[in-house]
Amino acid sequence: MASLNVNGRVVEIDAHPDTPLLWALREQAGLTGTKYGCGIAQCGACTVHIDGEPVRSCSITLGSVTATQKIVTIEGLSPDISHPIQKAWLELDVPQCGYCQSGMIMAAAALLAKKPKPTDVDIDEAMTNICRCGTYNRVRAGIKLAAGI
Amino acid sequence: MADNAVLSRRSLLKGSAAAAGAFTLGFSIPFTEAQAQNATPEVNAWVVIHPDDRIVVRIARSEMGQGTLTGLAQLVAEELEADWSKVSWEYPTPGENLRRNRIWRNFSTGGSRGIRESHQYVREGGAAARIMLVQAAAKEWGVPEGECRAAKSVITHTPSGRTVTYGKVAAAAAKLEVPKEVKLKPASEWTIAGKSVKRLDTVDKLNGKQVYGADIKLPGMLNAAIKACPVFGGTLVSFDAAKVTGMPGVKKVVQVDRRTVAVIADHWWQAKTALDALPITWDNGPHASASSETIAATLREGLDAEQAFEGNKAGDAKGAIASAAKRVEATYSYPFQNHACMEPMNATALWTPEKCEVWCPTQNGESALAAAIEASGHPAAKCDVHKVHLGGGFGRRGRSDYVTQAVLIAKQMPGTPVKLLWSREEDMLQGTYHPITMARMVAGLDKDGNLVGLHMRISGQSILSGVNPQGLQNGRDPVVFQGLNPGGQEGPFGYGIPNLLIDHAMRNPHVPPGFWRGVNLNQNAIYVECFMDELAHAAGVDPLEFRRRLMKNTPKHLAVLEAVAKGIGWGSPSAPGTAKGLAQIMGFGSYVAAAAEVSVSNAGEIKVHRIVAATNPGHVVNPDQVAAQVEGSFVYGLSAAFHQECTVKNGRIVEENFDTYPAMRINEMPKVESILVPSGDFWGGVGEPTIAVAAPAVLNAIFAATGKRVRSLPLKNADLRRA
Ligand code: FES
Ligand code: FES
Repeated sequence: MASLNVNGRVVEIDAHPDTPLLWALREQAGLTGTKYGCGIAQCGACTVHIDGEPVRSCSITLGSVTATQKIVTIEGLSPDISHPIQKAWLELDVPQCGYCQSGMIMAAAALLAKKPKPTDVDIDEAMTNICRCGTYNRVRAGIKLAAGI
Repeated sequence: MADNAVLSRRSLLKGSAAAAGAFTLGFSIPFTEAQAQNATPEVNAWVVIHPDDRIVVRIARSEMGQGTLTGLAQLVAEELEADWSKVSWEYPTPGENLRRNRIWRNFSTGGSRGIRESHQYVREGGAAARIMLVQAAAKEWGVPEGECRAAKSVITHTPSGRTVTYGKVAAAAAKLEVPKEVKLKPASEWTIAGKSVKRLDTVDKLNGKQVYGADIKLPGMLNAAIKACPVFGGTLVSFDAAKVTGMPGVKKVVQVDRRTVAVIADHWWQAKTALDALPITWDNGPHASASSETIAATLREGLDAEQAFEGNKAGDAKGAIASAAKRVEATYSYPFQNHACMEPMNATALWTPEKCEVWCPTQNGESALAAAIEASGHPAAKCDVHKVHLGGGFGRRGRSDYVTQAVLIAKQMPGTPVKLLWSREEDMLQGTYHPITMARMVAGLDKDGNLVGLHMRISGQSILSGVNPQGLQNGRDPVVFQGLNPGGQEGPFGYGIPNLLIDHAMRNPHVPPGFWRGVNLNQNAIYVECFMDELAHAAGVDPLEFRRRLMKNTPKHLAVLEAVAKGIGWGSPSAPGTAKGLAQIMGFGSYVAAAAEVSVSNAGEIKVHRIVAATNPGHVVNPDQVAAQVEGSFVYGLSAAFHQECTVKNGRIVEENFDTYPAMRINEMPKVESILVPSGDFWGGVGEPTIAVAAPAVLNAIFAATGKRVRSLPLKNADLRRA
């Protein structure tokens, strides 16, 4: 039994410590907003924040996360779609199928937290998530809209 | 929404009935109590109106990101004269469609057909519902129908100024006969259709609420991981279940079919872990030694083969080429590619001795239902499929192999719902791949540089042979000639060439082919548009001017080409270090063109700076969503052009994940300017055609920048370093 701090709540997880955090979140914590796309840290669909840092949750184990580390998933980013990234995404209709978008939004939110006025190069470097539908230009525009640039 | 994972159709209908029961509340006009009691909020098959004026539009096609559900709802709402802010949507189930005599018609969502093939009848559905609502109001008021008009979900009796909202008359309207003949508005009068309204399905994609197939959770549900023989044509010999049955959570190891084994566990990660540990023996079958090289050799042989199926013919191409002043020849090739939907294949099934239910992302609910019926062994009436949003489709989810598997697994766990989810690796290895082809292009130019003859020999795979052999015409696959046809919706050839022969030597490797977003238009556009560029250079004529001369009888093809040429600044000098290329094609009912501006560094690194795209889809239902499809098409098309190739070794696909099968990322994404030039006289699709012009526009620009002609994709294999 592992204890996790997820979206401000303590969640008890009954899974093998080798279980990727992604699957503990999806299957034990019931937080399916975080997606599985590759399982090998390539696509970013599984991005969550751990103590504010964007992390690909498919590629860290449950056992490596401590009870005091603060995990935030897409469900916990804001209570009411009020995060500036979410608002910008809504305004620009960024998602197509939407499957990559939890990860995109979490990566973008982490970027803005660190760099409130990111440059295009900052965006290129931080946003390495894969979107097969091809929403990249709207992702870029959404980050800029949220940043007010 | 109906696609809530835990809602079955029955509870949905129950919910609707409950809402109908509330019909009398707040009712200000004296429609009779009895009417209200018996009310169903379904005005007709397409339109459900709740007493509180909420409108639910039924959508038969699948939403996979392409925006079709919003577009279809716009078309219905337009004719309904609905208040758009009250419109939401739901999927009817394929089983319901069957029971109601296919009232919602075709569920298939592929070939960019969602709107172009259903715009007429969904608009008629909206119009019929409006007429019924007006009739119901007029009847209740005892006034002539002609004195009433509908706008924004309100019916007004013009002489008296009396009004009533749709929700109040919906139940009465539902009892009226559905009118047979309805008149549709001309596009010039549209107020909802043709506008960039916001998508109806965005909010839940921003907070993790959207339920995809991979997210489905049913009470008592178990999870399955699966492995089919990675060598196509191979079979499963044996597996040692005892080695994994003691592992955490494992419930059962099951053989699924001749070539497939699955592990069922409490959680998917447990199932996958056990599957990875499961000792499996395969019989790799007759293709165990096939490789990319052996497949390429087969295709090369087809380039010279005597026998070939004709696709387009005029005059005497071979004779004209033989006597031409100049002969130009080039051979192109296009690889296997996987769709690589962001969400791997999955389906959830519940099988009991009485019935079978499936929850799945599918591009074709009816074929998913057919698969469920067949695999379950139950009669059609005892089966149904509940569609959920797709995490990408791109053609892959038009196949129902994963539905069959889910049912075959659930059948071995009667009464327990089982969710089958493929790993990314399984998804990469068990694809239905973009067909592999080569093309030899041979042309003759006269002494003035005019194109007098063209022979295009395609050699390679036929999708229909693998997917739907009944669709072959005396062995010929008509789909091979997309964009090259003498006429029709699927791409009339854009060039008037006096002596023309386009033919296909069918060579089908053992790797299963599938419809891959853009289908055969993709490679055909590369072959034709890059070779046109070669011919222009051989003739010493500007590539745009060279094409213009051949496009006197194809003004719509030319119009989009001219639009992108103007947009990119064709003919004016390029920014230092950059060069331009262009391409056009017609397919999926639409005319498209692209122009690209690229640079290539001394080290051979390609950068696409800018794309201008033009689309004439006849009608545009939602300009912003068309623009989104155009932008996305460049990502899909350029991911393929730059990076993607499934190679074959020992009979199986080598690339198993995004590390070896990369997709384009944001840092490679060019600016895309999308020009829409709808001519208003037809209905075309927009989800696919633009993909086809992405690669040739860029390849032609690369030639302009480097003098190097890349004829084999993907570009990652090309050496563009400066000597
Ligand atoms: S699922 Fe974690 S990066 Fe792809
Ligand atoms: S929106 Fe579909 S994968 Fe990004």
